[in-house]
Amino acid sequence: MVYLLQEAPAQTFNYFLAGYVVIFGCMGLYLVSLVIRKRNLTQDLRVLEETS
Amino acid sequence: MDSIPRGLKILDMITIVLFVIATAMVFFYAPTEAVMGPVQRVFYFHVAAGWVGMLSFLAAAIAGIIYLKTGKRKWDIFEVSAVEIGIVFSFINVVTGAIWARPIWNTWWTWDPRLTTATIMLLIYAAYLMLRAGIEDPDRRARFGAVYTILGFLSVPLTFFSARLFRTIHPIVIGTNQPGAEGAFDMTPRMLQTFLFSLVVFSFIFASLLWHRIRLGELQEKVEQLRLKINT
Repeated sequence: MVYLLQEAPAQTFNYFLAGYVVIFGCMGLYLVSLVIRKRNLTQDLRVLEETS
Repeated sequence: MDSIPRGLKILDMITIVLFVIATAMVFFYAPTEAVMGPVQRVFYFHVAAGWVGMLSFLAAAIAGIIYLKTGKRKWDIFEVSAVEIGIVFSFINVVTGAIWARPIWNTWWTWDPRLTTATIMLLIYAAYLMLRAGIEDPDRRARFGAVYTILGFLSVPLTFFSARLFRTIHPIVIGTNQPGAEGAFDMTPRMLQTFLFSLVVFSFIFASLLWHRIRLGELQEKVEQLRLKINT
């Protein structure tokens, strides 16, 4: 009968969701920043090689 | 830019597969903690992100020492790459900690020794990137960076041991919690497996990102040198 008296876990789903949005969001943004920087540098390199 | 090396492609694929498995373990395999509920699941990637942050800053300090000894620019590129990754993951660590703290401690933030030292560590390395950007001479910039990362690394053990040395409410994973620790819990075997697996997976993520970031740094170096050659 003791288990009937136990409280259910706290309702913290929204915080769990927010945590994983931050984790996946930050990692995703960093990956995007790497891709964009690489693309820009590749373009710069191409222009500079044409100039030289 | 050369195409992506075969080794890096394999590492990327392994990392992606492991990350999917780790995410599935966090969401479906690990049990829901009896008191805290679903928010406890943030713990797995929160600690793993903190681990990557500290590992990155350690790698940067080692690269700094090697640069000062050898003077080779590749170690400067390695160092700045590691710091950048460390900042991203330390930021994830601090923000997810605040999100977890809101329902458990009833506050987003408190000036607890662990939270304070972790944030100071993050700010020290953020300042590194800003100060570095202000130095034009590449050799001076690299020397400054090397010395800064070696000195800045002092903040890493301070952060790690802060929850053990000072009076804190932050729970610790390895060792005995202090009497005032709030939000501590006993890990079941499934929780422990998920936690340890997450640490391994985040180490793979670190290796993969570092390799990509170093390649980006090398490309940046190439562009800078070509630009310098054209201008002179």
